[in-house]
Parts: sequence; structure tokens; C-alpha cells
Amino acid sequence: METQYSTETNELTAPMTNGQAVLEEAKVRVENLDFWYGTNHVLKDVSLNIQPNKVTAFIGPSGCGKSTLLRCLNRMNELIPGTRLEGRVLIDGRDIYRNADPVMVRRRIGMVFQKPNPFPKTISENVIWGARVNGYKGKENDLVEECLRKAALWDEVKDRLNAQAYSLSGGQQQRLCIARTLAVAPDVVLMDEPASALDPIATAKLEETILQLKERYTIIIVTHNMQQAGRISDHTAFFYMGELVEADATDQLFTRPAQKHTEDYITGRFG
Amino acid sequence: MAASQHVSKKSLPGAPGGADLSVNVFRSPKERVVEYALGLCALISVLTTLGIAAVLVFESLNFFAEVSIVEFLTETRWTPQFTEKHFGIWPLLSGTLLITVIAAIVALPIGLMSAIFIAEYAPSRIRKVLKPGLELLAGIPTVVYGYFALTFVTPLLQTFIPGLNIYNALSAGIVVGVMIIPMVSSLSEDAIRAVPRSLAEGAYALGATRIEVVLRVMVPGAISGIVASFILALSRAVGETMIVTLAAGAMPNLTANPMESVQTMTAFIVNVSLGDTPQGTVEFYSLFAVGLVLFLMTLSMNFLANFIIRRYREQY
Repeated sequence: METQYSTETNELTAPMTNGQAVLEEAKVRVENLDFWYGTNHVLKDVSLNIQPNKVTAFIGPSGCGKSTLLRCLNRMNELIPGTRLEGRVLIDGRDIYRNADPVMVRRRIGMVFQKPNPFPKTISENVIWGARVNGYKGKENDLVEECLRKAALWDEVKDRLNAQAYSLSGGQQQRLCIARTLAVAPDVVLMDEPASALDPIATAKLEETILQLKERYTIIIVTHNMQQAGRISDHTAFFYMGELVEADATDQLFTRPAQKHTEDYITGRFG
Repeated sequence: MAASQHVSKKSLPGAPGGADLSVNVFRSPKERVVEYALGLCALISVLTTLGIAAVLVFESLNFFAEVSIVEFLTETRWTPQFTEKHFGIWPLLSGTLLITVIAAIVALPIGLMSAIFIAEYAPSRIRKVLKPGLELLAGIPTVVYGYFALTFVTPLLQTFIPGLNIYNALSAGIVVGVMIIPMVSSLSEDAIRAVPRSLAEGAYALGATRIEVVLRVMVPGAISGIVASFILALSRAVGETMIVTLAAGAMPNLTANPMESVQTMTAFIVNVSLGDTPQGTVEFYSLFAVGLVLFLMTLSMNFLANFIIRRYREQY
């Protein structure tokens, strides 16, 4: 079988998807992905297309594999010993596992974690850190301002860029982590339950930031919060027991889910 | 009504209402005995330290009654057993420092690098062998290290450096360094592993390579623990006695040349204690003065380590 790196061939590789979404060009493409932690088979034959400049939400009960899938998209899982992956993940049609360097993959595909994890350094050092290790040569102050503006944090911190990152509130720290990710200039930003450690006001602010970011970035967000998925995502994928049950436009999936399982989950009958 | 009857039933373990509020278990005699016994144990080590310090100070006063502090600190010869006696601490101090510097050159890089390897690079299978293996080095008696220095390292060095004295600072310093490697590596590795995994993950997710994560996140995050391990290991080197007594010689020698024979403060103490120095003489009291200097040196290094741990801790 010949490897196709073309994105124009819009084959319907995600059989569970019933909307028109897959007909658009895919930014990230997951093909028949299986993943194991040791002998634990946590992702089972997942195929999914993710659209550019949209927010895609991964939902599902704990342990359903949604975070694992997210971490497969920037090869973070291979930092854990004893994991195994089969299948393909393509970004812009390019396989990120074969003939690819994980470091380069992570520069294209940034990630924001569940708990804010800024470095124990100043605010501006945090923003510039990733860019610096990646050999950024431009003016650092400009990059710091640009990224903090994109992450909607600039106005709150512009007078204290040399303050320690830990002096910020949890929500501000999380937006700092977003700014830090953007400084590496990725096209895709992965977010693993970015609001789970935040209070409702900080969450609202974060969601607003995410909506602004989708103009320039493709965003994939794992969330436990169904309302959040409804508020910010264009597409939603529902996972259960390591399988992709259903993926569709968010309003479609929330109002007319094709699968009984999806309906039970989003209406709160289980999970 | 059935429920309330159940509650009023006496002494059902685990049932509500089972605890008699008039009994004070928290301050019972048993609890008190335990508390005092534990406190006594803690007190013993503190009292021992204070006792040692007191003996050193009082006996040193006898020494400084005969030898002025100025001579002690400015004279460059240490010849208490000669007929013409000189009591300058510098030859012994320089011997100790020379050994410590050589040991540091050997132990700090090797210890830190093995800590980094064990913490961040080694697969868990190798770590499980390597870490206890390194810690085993700490269990070797120092007299064994001493003869290792004298009968193996020195002849080995003599093949590279012709004319090297059989007793020399280099060989002793290298072996002291080997002895403190496990201390550096074990404590540094603990410090590196204590840096939250989330910081390393954040760095990897930004496209950092492994060495960048290690050098720019893990080591800075662990720097206070690493420096503390350095200082603790070096204060161990300062106090090391057996290796230097056996391999470095017994010549108080104000020198920075590692090829020469030197005597450290500890080695001097051993020699005088073993010899037939009569009690009550100035040579005998010099023992305590040297011991006091040694004690102050390691004590200040420990204070320095504590200060650095507090001052340079990265908060996360």
C-alpha cells in the first residue's frame, strides 16, 4: 500500500462520523490508531479528522482514552516507558511517527496541561523559554508581548514581566502556559483539561482566549465539562472505553447524536 | 425509634456513642511515656554534640595559654614533636584543603553526572542496579580505601608520573573523591527526582531535547539540593582520616603541589593520639586546637549548606 501524503483525497476514513465535517480539509488526521500502556489496550482503532482553525473537543468519561489520544498527537506518550502505538497520525498529510523527530513534532504541535506548570522563572522568561531552546533569533521583548497579547494576559502582567510566574493566579498561570506554547509558533495547540484547576471566572476568561486563538491555530481540547465543550468547540468527538464512539459538529452531536451511548453521556445518564 | 435505641447501646465498637467523653486518651500515661522517651532520644544526640564542642573548647584553652592565637594563625611551620616547636595551623590546613580540592575535582562532576544519568537517562532496569551499586561504595570501610590508595592508585600514578613520592596528596585526594561520589550522586539524584514531572513535561512539549530539559529545567530546579550534596560530601572529605593517614603521609607541609606528601588535620590527630605524647604537654593540647579548627570548618560548611538550600530553592 502506498503512503499518501496528500490531503486533497478526502476519503471517509472515520466511519462513525456522519456529518459533513470530514469533507473539509483535515489538519490532523488519525488513522486506525491503537495504543497500549504495557498490556493495557487504551486506544482501539481510532480514526478521526481534525479541521484547521476550529476547536475540536474530546469528551468522554474518565479512562476513555481521550487524554491518551491527545498525547499521541504530539508524541508525549513515548516519554513513558512501556508504551506501544500502531496506526498513523498525520499533520498536513505528513506522518509524525515515521521519519519524524519528536522534537520537531512538538514544535509544530504545542500542548497546554491540566495543571498550570510554568517554570520557576519570571513571566517573560517563561514565555521566551521554548522559543529560546528552539533557536529563536528575533527580538525577545517583541515576542513576549505578542504571545502574551495572544494569550490575553498582556494587560494584566505588562507592568511586572520580571515577576515570578508563581506570583500569578492559577488562571493567569494557565494563560502564561498558553503564551509560552504560542512562542514556539505551533499550528496546532493541544489542551488537556486546561480549566480543570480553575475557578469559573478564570475558566470563562480562558475560554474567551481559546475562541480568539482559533483564528490562527487549530485547537484540540480535552474536557470533562460538557457545557464547556458546547460553548467553545466546533467539533466534538465522544470516546468510550478507548473507542471513538462518535465525532461530529458540536451542535449536531449535542442535539441529534447518532449513537445511543453519546446521548446517554451528554444527557448525564452515565459518566 | 429502633435507630435511637441502637445509638444508646453501650460499647459497640464503631457504633455512634461508643466513645466515653470523660476519658482523656490523648494525655494518658502511655502517651506521655512515649513522648518523653522519644524526646530523650532526640536530646542525647544534641547533648553529645554540645559535649564534644565543650571538651574541644576547654582543652584548646590550655593550648592557647601556651601558644598565642596569633602564632597559631600566622606561623607557617607545624613542628610540635620537634625540639624547636612551631605551632602554625597553615601546613595542616593546606593539607586538608589540598586533599579536599582534589576530592572535589574527582567527585563533584562524576557524582553529578551519574545522578543525572540515573535520574533522567537510565531505564528503570539499569537504575535498579546502578543506584544500590553506587551506594555500596559508601559501605566500604575507609581503611580499605586507604590501602587501595597506597597499594594500587599510587603505583598506578607512579607509572605516569615518574618520581612521585609514595606518600602524596594526589593519590589520597583521588581516593577520597571516589569515596564521596555515592554521597554526591545519591543526594543529587534525589534532588533531581524531586523536581515535579510536570515541569519536565512542559519543557518537552515546547520542543526541548532531553539535554535541554536536564540542563535548563531539572538541574536548575534541583540546584539547592545539588549544592547541598556537594557541601555535605566535601565536609565528609574534610573530616576523612584513614585514607589520608595511610596514603598522604605524615609531613606537615605548606604546599599546593599534589605530588608532595602532606599531612591533614585529621591525620595529625591520629598520629599524635597513637604516639607516646604525654598528657598535659602542649603537643597533647595541640590535638584539641586542631580538632576545634576541624570542627568549626565542618560546622560552617553545614551551615553554608543549609543556607544555600534555603536561599536558592526554586519554588514550585
